[in-house]
Amino acid sequence: MVDFNRFTLANGLKVLVHEDATTPMAVLNILYDVGARDEDPEKTGFAHLFEHLMFGGSVNIPNYDEPLQRVGGENNAFTSNDITNYYITLPAENIETAFWLESDRMLGLAFSEKSLDTQRNVVSEEFKQRYLNQPYGDVWLKLRPLAYKKHSYRWATIGKELSHIENATMDDVKAFFKKHYTPQNAILVVGGNVKTEEVKKLAEKWFEPIPAGDKYNRDLVQEEPQTEARTETVKANVPLNAIYMSFKMPGRLNQDYYSFDLLSDILSRGQSSRLYNSLLKEQKLFSDINAYISSSLDPGLFIVEGKLVEGVTTETAEKAIWAELEKLKAELVSETELTKVKNKVESVLVFSEMSLLDKAMNLAYYELLGDAALLNQETESFIKVKAEDIKRISNETFQSNSSSTLYYLTEENA
Amino acid sequence: MLNRQQAPDFKQVSTINFIHPEKKVLDNSVPVFTIYSGEQDLVRIEFVFENVNWTLEKPLQAIAVSTLINNGTNKLSAKEIAEQIDFYGAFFQTEYAQDQSSVTLYTLNKHLHSVLPIVKDVLSESQFPQHELDIYIQNQKQKLQVNLKKNDVLSRKEFAHALFGDTAYGVNIKAEHYDALKREDLIEYFKAAYAPNNCTIIVSGKFDTTSFKLLNDTFGKDWEKSNAVKNSFNFTATAKQFVYTEKPEALQSAIRIGQLAINRTHEDFSGLQILNAVLGGYFGSRLMNNIREDKGYTYGIGSGISSLQQAGYLFIATEVGADVCSAALTEIYKEIDILKNELIGEEELDLVRNYMLGSMLGSLENVFSHADKFKNIYFAGLDYNYYTKYIEKVKTITAEELLALANKYLTTDHFTEVVIGKK
Repeated sequence: MVDFNRFTLANGLKVLVHEDATTPMAVLNILYDVGARDEDPEKTGFAHLFEHLMFGGSVNIPNYDEPLQRVGGENNAFTSNDITNYYITLPAENIETAFWLESDRMLGLAFSEKSLDTQRNVVSEEFKQRYLNQPYGDVWLKLRPLAYKKHSYRWATIGKELSHIENATMDDVKAFFKKHYTPQNAILVVGGNVKTEEVKKLAEKWFEPIPAGDKYNRDLVQEEPQTEARTETVKANVPLNAIYMSFKMPGRLNQDYYSFDLLSDILSRGQSSRLYNSLLKEQKLFSDINAYISSSLDPGLFIVEGKLVEGVTTETAEKAIWAELEKLKAELVSETELTKVKNKVESVLVFSEMSLLDKAMNLAYYELLGDAALLNQETESFIKVKAEDIKRISNETFQSNSSSTLYYLTEENA
Repeated sequence: MLNRQQAPDFKQVSTINFIHPEKKVLDNSVPVFTIYSGEQDLVRIEFVFENVNWTLEKPLQAIAVSTLINNGTNKLSAKEIAEQIDFYGAFFQTEYAQDQSSVTLYTLNKHLHSVLPIVKDVLSESQFPQHELDIYIQNQKQKLQVNLKKNDVLSRKEFAHALFGDTAYGVNIKAEHYDALKREDLIEYFKAAYAPNNCTIIVSGKFDTTSFKLLNDTFGKDWEKSNAVKNSFNFTATAKQFVYTEKPEALQSAIRIGQLAINRTHEDFSGLQILNAVLGGYFGSRLMNNIREDKGYTYGIGSGISSLQQAGYLFIATEVGADVCSAALTEIYKEIDILKNELIGEEELDLVRNYMLGSMLGSLENVFSHADKFKNIYFAGLDYNYYTKYIEKVKTITAEELLALANKYLTTDHFTEVVIGKK
C-alpha cells in the first residue's frame, strides 16, 4: 500500500506526496506527458535528445548537476515512447534544492548552443553504443516499422536514424520546450521523509509562479487493424539466428491489460514457464526464449523472441512457437498455473514497495493513467483475471494475419 | 520576490545510522546474521559460500554449479523446483562472484515455511542431471558467441586476464571449457563448497524467533560437512602492457585501463575511493565533464576501484566513437596527470565530500541495503568502525593527501591498457 496526498497548483501542475518516515532521504520525481510518440516523423529521437538538454543549464541556474551534488543529491532521467521522467534523490533536509533546480528548468532552459552541440554528439554515441555497435542491437529499429505503419510507435525513442539527431536545431529545441514542458503537462511526486504541508509550501513557492502555458492536445494517427502477416529478413554479423514475432494488443488502460501481462508470464516468466520448458529444455530448439508485452499507452505489442540452437531451421522453430500459442487458444490454463503467475505478481508488487524511488515513479505513472490510487488496486486487478480471459485474448491476439515477424539471420544463413 | 539565482540553504549530512545485525548460530554452527525490519511482510535469506578448490584444469566448476544447482535433486526435477518456488511467489537466485557463490531466497513471510524445505533440498541434495548439463553447455556456448561480439565484454575479459592471469579472477573462458565440463566434476565441487562449514547466512527483513526456529530446524541438521580449501591467490604488479584487438567494422571502441591496487582492508582505501570519485566516480567527475560533457566523445565514462578478497584494482572504462579513440585516451591520461600534479580546489573537494555523504546515506535505502553494507565489511574481516572511519575520511581528507594518493596509486607506467575496436 502506497499512501499519498494530492493537490493541484493554480497553473495546473499536479502534485502528489508520499510520506515515508522510515528513510532519511527524499525523492522528487517529475513526469512530463511527452514521449517519442509525440515527435514529428521527420525529427525523430527528439524527446530523448531533449531529455539530455534538460541537464544543460536553465534560465537562472547555469549548471544543473553541480548544485545538486553539492547537497548530496543524485539525479537521472529516462525517455520512453510515451513519457519523459526525471528524478532526484537527496537527503530529505535538503529537499528545497530539488524544488529550486527542477522548477527553474520548467520555467525555462538556458538554450545554450554549446550544450546542444555536445548532446547531439553524446546521443549519437548512445545510438552507436546501444543500437548499432551491439549484436542484435537494431532489432527494435526494424521491428517497430514492421509492426506499425501509421502510428508514431513505428520509431524507437532513440530515433529512426542518426541524421535526425545530427540535424536538430535550436529552434526545434525551443518549440519542443514550449509545446510540452508546461506545468499542466507534468506530474510532480515528492516522497520520503517529508510532510505534505511542507511540500505544499515549497511547491507554491517554486512551481506556482510558472506560467501555465498552452495545453497540448494529443491527436495521434492511430494504427489501422492489421490484416496481413508481415515478415522481414535481416542478415547481419551475428553468431546465431533469431526470431522476433510481434502481435497487436490493446493499450495500457484496456481492462484486458492484466490478462495480457499474466499471459506473457505464463509463457515466459522464470524457469517454470511454458516456453522455457517446452522449447528450450524439452525440444532444445532455442538457447534463449522470451515473451513480453510493450506496456504502451496506445495499442501495444505482444512479443515472442528467441535465439535458435545451431542447426535448427527457422521454420521448425517458428512452428514450435505457434504450437505453444495454439495450445493457449485451445485449452484453458489450469487454476494452479494461473495462481502461480498471480502469486508471483503479488510478490513483485510487495517487493517494489522496498524502493522509495520506485514508489514515487509508480505514483506519477498511475496518476498519468488517470488516478494514482490505481496503483494500490493492481493486485486486485490481477487476481480478477480468469482462465477464460487468457483463452479469449489468446484467440483474439495470436493470429498470423496480425503478426509481424522479423527473421534476424547470420550472414551464412541468409 | 523569489530570487531564483540564489540556491537554497543546505546542510551536509551529519549522521548516518547503520543497522547492525544480530548474530545467532544454527545447531550445526552455521552463523546467521539478521538485519531486522518489520516494515514489509517479506524476507531475504542469503546463503553465502566461499569459492574453494580452484584448479585451472576445471575453471568452470564453480560457475556451472552455481547456475545448475536448482536443476534437479533426488526428489524434484528442475521443472518441479521452479514450479514450486514460483507457485509461492518466491524468488530463488544464484550468483557466482570472484570470491563467493551465493543462493538467495526472496519470499513473503506467509510462504517461508513452504519454500525453505525446497531450498534445503537444493543445497544439500542437488544432482546435476546429465541432460540438464548438456543443455547448459550448448546454450552457454551460444551465449558466449554473442558476448564475444560485444567490444565491452571483450575488453573486460582481456583486462581481467592481463591483471590476474589464469586464476579465478582472470581466466579467459572459451567454448572448449564448456565442452570439458563433466557431471562428476560438478558433483565434486557441489559437495566441497555447498557445505554447512563453508556457509554464512545473511537474513534481512521480517524474521522473528519463530522464523529462526524454522531455519534452524531445516538447515541446522542433515547437511554434510566438507573439507574444502578456500581459494588463495597471489598477485604481483605487472609492467605496462597494451592489449589491442582491432575490429575493422567497429563504430565505437571499448577502452579499459587500470592496474592492481589495494582492497578494503588497506588504510588508504577510503582515501582512494574519494580520489576515484573526483576522477570518474560520479556524474560530475572530471572524466565525465571532459570526455562526455565537453568533448561529446562518449555516452558515458567512469572509473572505479574494486575490492576483492585477495586483491584490489582500479580501472577506467568507456566506449567512445572509433574516430576519437586516441583523442579520448590522451584526455584520460591528461586528467590523471592533473590529479598527480595539481591540488584539487576546495570548492570541488567540498562538492565531492557532500556528494559522497549523500550517496552513502541514500545507499541505505532499505533493510536489504543495510545487509549489503554488513556483507562488505564482514567478508573483508572488518567491523562497523570501517564506516565510521570512512565517513570521517570523507569529511576531513585534504587536497594534499589526495595528491599523494594519486602519485602512489595512479602509476600509469604500470597501467594495463586494453582497446577493442579501432584506435
